[in-house]
Amino acid sequence: MANSSEKRPSRGALALLSERTIESLIYVCGFSAIIFVFGIFFFVFKEGAPFLTKLNFTEFFFSKEWIPTSTVQPKYGIGALIVGTVSVTVVAMAIAVPFGLGAAVFVSEFCTGKVKESLKIIIELLAAVPSVVWGFIGLSVMSPVIIAVFHVPVGVNLFNAALLLALMSVPIMVSIGEDALKAVPDSYREAAVALGATRWQMVYRVLIPAARNGLLAAVLLGVGRAIGETMAVLMATGHAVNIPDSLFDPVRTLTATIAAELGETSHGSDHYQVLFLIGVVLFSITFVVNLTADLVVKGIRKG
Amino acid sequence: MTKRSTFLPRILPGATAIAAALMVAGCGPSSDSGSTGTGKRTTIANMGSDTMVNLAAAWAEAYAEVDKAVLIEVNGGGSGVGIKGLINGTAELANASRHMEEREKSELKEKRQVEPREYVIGYDALSIFVHKDNPLDEITMEQLGEIYRADGKITKWSDLGVTNIPGAKGDEIIRVSRQNNSGTYEYFKEVVVGDQNEFKLGSLDMNGSKDVVELVGRTPNAIGYSGMGYANESVKTLKVARKAGDPAVAPSIATTHDETYPIARPMYFYTAGEPEPHVKRYIDWVLSPAGQKHVEETGYVPLAGN
Repeated sequence: MANSSEKRPSRGALALLSERTIESLIYVCGFSAIIFVFGIFFFVFKEGAPFLTKLNFTEFFFSKEWIPTSTVQPKYGIGALIVGTVSVTVVAMAIAVPFGLGAAVFVSEFCTGKVKESLKIIIELLAAVPSVVWGFIGLSVMSPVIIAVFHVPVGVNLFNAALLLALMSVPIMVSIGEDALKAVPDSYREAAVALGATRWQMVYRVLIPAARNGLLAAVLLGVGRAIGETMAVLMATGHAVNIPDSLFDPVRTLTATIAAELGETSHGSDHYQVLFLIGVVLFSITFVVNLTADLVVKGIRKG
Repeated sequence: MTKRSTFLPRILPGATAIAAALMVAGCGPSSDSGSTGTGKRTTIANMGSDTMVNLAAAWAEAYAEVDKAVLIEVNGGGSGVGIKGLINGTAELANASRHMEEREKSELKEKRQVEPREYVIGYDALSIFVHKDNPLDEITMEQLGEIYRADGKITKWSDLGVTNIPGAKGDEIIRVSRQNNSGTYEYFKEVVVGDQNEFKLGSLDMNGSKDVVELVGRTPNAIGYSGMGYANESVKTLKVARKAGDPAVAPSIATTHDETYPIARPMYFYTAGEPEPHVKRYIDWVLSPAGQKHVEETGYVPLAGN
């Protein structure tokens, strides 16, 4: 249009102002995440910091004796709790990764139409189950089943909790993994088929390598979910300060310890401060996981 | 003792009472105020035993409806803290889950020239639970100690002479306990494990009294302790003997009252000298059926005749 510049209505001062306001609001939203993360870290650290001077780091990280309310000699060793968190997460991922990524491949590449749509909806429904409900299932449904099936003395244990965590993280892996596979251009698929690849060859030779960043992100988000989960593991691990020697030993995680003990600890006591230090440890673990994820993804991009 | 059957970590025990207090404070001057006519509420500082803090908070909350002119501030901290408060005048009413010691009595006399008044306001009784199919019927305090204490020798059911629990896998005793800052845990530690000892690590530490029963009911190898009121048909309550050779006693309101059941204790209120009229009215209400109703509701044993 030739006269477009003349015809364009001039913006009123009000419109200009609202534009600016919205712009700065969005700006604030973007930065608020940073403020919140640092704010939370600062608060958690501040609550725990006074104990740092009294803390024996070797005992804290490597002792398995967690006896914070002893009347004789309180002991603050979180070694067993770290082992608990790590073991539950690792076992959960060992179950969830094959299932989650397998389901993502199936939904994205091998099924179509109504099956695909209903599968997606049902898998996402799995993500909507609250974690206390998972915990309750672990405590009252799975615990007797595990005793009967695996002939073990106690049903709330590492395996029970890991199974729940796997079920909780599978939906995240499936939806993110599926998105990653969907993002691979169809020309790749066409090229693979044109070269005579079977469907399965196409998946593992072409699609998985092409979507590896997204698939890795899916797995790491699942890991994050598993490390941070509290309620379900509190109920299903058995919550015992114990270094497991088998899949069926009860364990205790860092998150569950905070959840169980913080509520009744008197504000400012040593026990209270140590619980906040556990929070700092958890924060650091998730930070390292996320950072590694970022670096790995970047490394893959470059390579 | 935390007898709330919740899976969620509980908020600070005092918070309920504070919330109740704020609600009352927000109601404005009440016309039917008993003791102070000007609308200014009289406060009763009630502190002490952590075991009793839930019960005390429940009472404080309910009493706000009974006498709007009185505000009861409940705080935990332990029986010793409550009695200390009584001695130095920061508490008018101390909650204690043990007797006042002679030392504390003389200190009170020295500082405030009064004798303490003691009121038994209810009982706290713990039952020992095993799976309903467990053939064991009774246990001694010594055996319980050996099971739960850090250096205790009993780790297998066969150590107790129990060899055939239907549905049990292996011989291991699965110890079910409570999280380490609950009053139940502390009381059990005091009477069974011993103050100078520690619990054997590796017990399954449940986050509520009900969860203990729930887990024991589903685990044939388990043993656990919880409030008497939490028994259900999936578990068996063991009779407990003070020592080998003594008769084993089943927990009940009657055996709690005559003190034959070994894992039960009275809970007390203490005042410094005769209580003031408004405090006296509160204590009377607590001892009345209306107040005692809350004892049973929070999982404790009410006084005889209620």
